[in-house]
Amino acid sequence: MPAGLATYIIRRLLLLPVILLIVSFATFALGRFAPVDYVEIQAGPRAQPETIERIREERGLNDPVPVQYVRYLGNVLTGDLGVSTRYQGFPVADVIFPRMWISLQYNVVVLVLTFAIGLPLGTWAALRRGTWQDPLSIGVFLFFASVPVLISVPLLQWLFAVKLGVLPSGGWSEAEYLGVELGIFSKHAVLPVLALTLPGVAGIARYMRGQVMEVLDQDFVRTANAKGLKASTVITRHVARNALLPIVTILGFELAALIGGSIFVETLLGIPGIGLLAFESIKSRDYDTIMAIVLVGSTTFVLAMLLIDIVYGFIDPRIRVEGSIS
Amino acid sequence: MSYADTSPAAIEAGPPPSANYRALRRLLRRPIAVGAIVIIVVIYGAGILAPWVAPQGFNEADFQNRYAEPSLEHPLGTDSLGRDLLSRAIWSAQTTVIVSVAAVLTGGLFLGVTAGLAAGYAGGRTDSIIMRAADTFASVPTILLVLIITATLLPRIIDLARDVEDLTGADWIVNSGAPSYFLVFGALAIFGWTGIARVVRSQVLALRQEPYVIAARASGASTPRILFLHLLPNLTNLLLVSFTLSFGALATAEVGLSFLGIGVQPPHPSFGLMVSEGVGLSNVREHTMLILVPAGFIVLLVMSFNLLGDQLTDVLSPRHR
Repeated sequence: MPAGLATYIIRRLLLLPVILLIVSFATFALGRFAPVDYVEIQAGPRAQPETIERIREERGLNDPVPVQYVRYLGNVLTGDLGVSTRYQGFPVADVIFPRMWISLQYNVVVLVLTFAIGLPLGTWAALRRGTWQDPLSIGVFLFFASVPVLISVPLLQWLFAVKLGVLPSGGWSEAEYLGVELGIFSKHAVLPVLALTLPGVAGIARYMRGQVMEVLDQDFVRTANAKGLKASTVITRHVARNALLPIVTILGFELAALIGGSIFVETLLGIPGIGLLAFESIKSRDYDTIMAIVLVGSTTFVLAMLLIDIVYGFIDPRIRVEGSIS
Repeated sequence: MSYADTSPAAIEAGPPPSANYRALRRLLRRPIAVGAIVIIVVIYGAGILAPWVAPQGFNEADFQNRYAEPSLEHPLGTDSLGRDLLSRAIWSAQTTVIVSVAAVLTGGLFLGVTAGLAAGYAGGRTDSIIMRAADTFASVPTILLVLIITATLLPRIIDLARDVEDLTGADWIVNSGAPSYFLVFGALAIFGWTGIARVVRSQVLALRQEPYVIAARASGASTPRILFLHLLPNLTNLLLVSFTLSFGALATAEVGLSFLGIGVQPPHPSFGLMVSEGVGLSNVREHTMLILVPAGFIVLLVMSFNLLGDQLTDVLSPRHR
């Protein structure tokens, strides 16, 4: 491993705990601001003041705030994310991880489809520059990239469940077949995947189209064409490879968009994933659960971005010199 | 026309048109760009002039006329409480205008441009502190943090506003919905500055070695003077494109937060609240207008901003110079 790359990875890794500390502090601090005293909820409406005081003492809520934060950090690190007030008495960890699994399943499918369709589509659009397909594809991409998931889901629901009647209008199949939970393999997965894939594909295709057009104008492409290489070789070996390099930025956007999009998709379609849980927890003011979702979600995102950055450092030698991709 | 042209006609015509002026002319020759501008002006204009343009108030219920079909009286029909959907949409546009303009001014223009100028021009430690902060803000998923900020702070802010009301006797603060508007754009602004700051910084880094900047410094111009008089005017193109795109993104974000119940609070109007009243299978099946109206407005607005951003990038790109 070249020295520059090692420095780069170490710098990225050093930033990680700092970001996680800031995120955990933000969730903790905001949790303190929670307008609902969950001790009173837990104790019930007819609890004696002494009972409430005893629970406060037991949970350490009378300690100084820094002590509480350190304890919160320790708890989080040992997997204790607090107690859900909505699912009375259940540890938050037991509530959120099964839900995360459902969201993860269809999000991975969306991510794979988005790149598998979006990248070739964008390249194709760039090669059609100047033809009648060009303004058409730009318009279509722009349209699908502009429709928020919140809007597209009810419209897709109307089209596929009401008008055509070919897809279930929502929900998540928990039936099992030969010991495998249907879930992602059932028709229930089509609408959420479609709703998240459409804007994803449109966004990636738009981005890829711009990248490819930029590379097409460069001298080495003209050289490759001039020395008689096959058009397909020029596209795959010279153009696409160079156009793909800055894709890391868009992957970050895509991940963030998926996290946000999942909340709306699951809420609108009643899919029992982490997004629906977030929505329900906000509605029922279950702050321990909200804090845990934000913390776990942010950590996942930060780790994913770190992984992308490191992989990118291996691919693009310029990174190692500049030390920062952004 | 050359610069040496001193004929009366040339003097009459004034100085030769600037690059920005020419870019604007190019923009206005493109039907797509003009179409996008017209849509934005109509929707924003209706929102700003809502008290005069909207046929009804945003909360005027008419229980005799629930779920009315589109008619002369109600051009887009009515909702489950008999409220005129067109009026609701116009008032929602006002919410969109308030939240996005406030977020762009505070987050993009104030925080973003200042941070970017400072980082790019000062360099050294200032630069690395600001950019590490930007890295941190950019590496957390915005929606989740905005979610927890609004979810936890909204009731507090409303309580605070009530205290202020008790103290000052001004009883309109909470009813005006101001606390929720404030929180929504505040939360969006806190996370909205990093992109702009990054763009401004890289541009300043490129410009600070330009002869005119060095000349200004040599002639003793103060740093703020160099930043705001010499550097900022050269960033306008860049900022124009960034802000155009962020208006679309902010409209989407406000709609999402209000839909989740942690943005603008009912009865105040928001496209997000209209969507939340229009979804659900029975509504989608029987009262499709409830979702089509807010959906149409949002899609038109966001798409126009994205189109305009594209077109601006195109006419401002150096290829045309």
